[in-house]
Amino acid sequence: MIDKFIKIQSSAVPMPIENVDTDQIIPARFLKAVERKGFGDNLFRDWRYTSGNTPNPEFVMNKPEFSGSILVGGKNFGSGSSREHAAWAIYDAGFKVVVSSFFADIFKGNALNNGLLPVQVSPEFLDEIFATISKDSKSTFTVDLEKQIFTNDATGNSFEFEINAYKKVCLLNGYDDIDYLVAMKEQIAEFETK
Amino acid sequence: MEAKTLFDKIWDAHVVKQVEGGPNVLYIDRHFIHEVTSPVAFLGLKNRGLKVFRPAQTTATPDHNVPTENQHLSIVDEMSRNQVEMLRRNCEEHGITHYGLGNDGHGVVHIIGPEQGLTQPGMTIVCGDSHTSTHGAFGAVAFGIGTSEVEMVLASQCIMQPKPKKMLITVNGELKPNVTAKDIVLYIIAKISTSGGTGHFIEFAGTAFEQLTMEGRMTVCNMSIECGARGGLIAPDEKTIEYVKGRQFAPKGEDWDKAVAYWKTLKTDEGAEFDMAYNFDAADIEPMITYGTNPGMGIKISENIPTSEGLVGNDKVSFLKSLEYMGFNEGEAIAGKPIDYVFLGSCTNGRIEDFRTFANYVKGKKKADNVVAWLVPGSVAVEKQIREEGLVEILEAAGFELRQPGCSACLAMNPDKVPAGKYAVSTTNRNFEGRQGPGARTLLASPLVAAACAITGKVTNPSDL
Ligand code: SF4
Repeated sequence: MIDKFIKIQSSAVPMPIENVDTDQIIPARFLKAVERKGFGDNLFRDWRYTSGNTPNPEFVMNKPEFSGSILVGGKNFGSGSSREHAAWAIYDAGFKVVVSSFFADIFKGNALNNGLLPVQVSPEFLDEIFATISKDSKSTFTVDLEKQIFTNDATGNSFEFEINAYKKVCLLNGYDDIDYLVAMKEQIAEFETK
Repeated sequence: MEAKTLFDKIWDAHVVKQVEGGPNVLYIDRHFIHEVTSPVAFLGLKNRGLKVFRPAQTTATPDHNVPTENQHLSIVDEMSRNQVEMLRRNCEEHGITHYGLGNDGHGVVHIIGPEQGLTQPGMTIVCGDSHTSTHGAFGAVAFGIGTSEVEMVLASQCIMQPKPKKMLITVNGELKPNVTAKDIVLYIIAKISTSGGTGHFIEFAGTAFEQLTMEGRMTVCNMSIECGARGGLIAPDEKTIEYVKGRQFAPKGEDWDKAVAYWKTLKTDEGAEFDMAYNFDAADIEPMITYGTNPGMGIKISENIPTSEGLVGNDKVSFLKSLEYMGFNEGEAIAGKPIDYVFLGSCTNGRIEDFRTFANYVKGKKKADNVVAWLVPGSVAVEKQIREEGLVEILEAAGFELRQPGCSACLAMNPDKVPAGKYAVSTTNRNFEGRQGPGARTLLASPLVAAACAITGKVTNPSDL
């Protein structure tokens, strides 16, 4: 079971970098756990901490003015490996939504399977979000999954985002695919005999 | 009858159900697992009180974490050892075939599948690893999945997937000397970018791919995902059939004849439509290398690093950030740049042909003193063959030594890490920041280019010597 996705309103953490890859989101050396716990601490590890393991004051997550459950990334977010740890780390660090103008496929699927909503907006709308945050880091945004609308509360502009209808139902209700598939076992067994 | 692409034929034959307004329930023929992305999936099964549905269709091997020296000893890093151990225990408990350390079948997961004949044309193949696309070289629909999906396959032998779009990439013409499969695929990614294939499954067609060996085709399909695609595949032909024939898990007797008859139907029909198509001329391709921090930042070794001219906004920021990380300047030549490490190996270029190419080049030469070289076979079988063919003697005479199989410096989860700031010419697939160790600088290239660089100690075009 995943948590149900409820409509959220929050400030956002901006990361206007393109091609943020899964090795940056969670470096490989942190993939050694055998449980799904504690990945949030190592989210963006090599950007977030200096080589001496102290927080890097330049990194956005370490700046006190930025907070919230929405992460806003540059184009082609989540490229690279299939490690689901990337989605776990972002979720575990307290984010519920990732916004970008373009997502890598596997990352998008992994996010959806873990209650993390990827919201794809137009490049122009993304620029506007970044501009709003840089004007006032406390600006809020509203994500309405039911209506599929992402609103920039400061400007009042909104963007209607797409999501697969089945995945939407799953997220809203906290269902997951495994329940669905396990319930289909007989049909799967029958398919095997064809 | 409707004209279908190769991809359609395989995909459609595996759809158990089309969920209304949603994805396909897709049946999976072959599932590979390794130690990093499977433990949480097994934990999930346990929490739900489920058993593995079809254990015979899953095969396991530990590869990401394993050391490439002294594999007969216990793994020093406690967390790595725990993951490797956990895989063995999970497989034992669920009756899954497991090629552990020290086993003849051990190796990088995408290398052992084809070696054992587990990978066959027409199959759907998944693994919790993005480079599962490698198996597409056999005319299979093969792609990487996340851990939730690993759990789905274990629980039901199916996953839920929307059908991707289809892309055709054709490369025809004569390849220049010293241009290998790796150069072809680095060239393609440089042309269409790391996101150019997103949402698509690629079919590679044309004489350039037909001429490649199965090893070369695996290199191409392996890296198909580096342009964002879900995977890539190449229609099976006589070479494919010849490669699979006689391998341990290949069909035998009557089953073999039936299988071959079916495999011969696996090609794109005349008039079938793709959502997107690219066409390149093989003669344009030269030995390639990357200069930046994603696989799309590749150039011909003969070219200069591009400048930021014409880039604006975030594009420019990202480009400059990448060059800064690499310690390179815009517009300068890449050839002649000093390097510190050479890595030959990984599921991209860790097969016997890659070692032959490397050995053949360094034969009678000497490794540069400033270079540390890690030569890591992709599997125990590759390692054996390297020894049988007498390549070890050639490599050793040139100042190289062979290590034991595993992913190694491809993602540096084991002790093989490139130190911060050092340059590594690597035959792997990703040059992301820190991929080969925190602060490491990776230049992706073919085994031939890697060999030339290892001899001169700097970025070298094998065609210049
Ligand atoms: S060799 Fe590298 S790319 Fe291949 S499976 Fe191992 S870590 Fe992944």
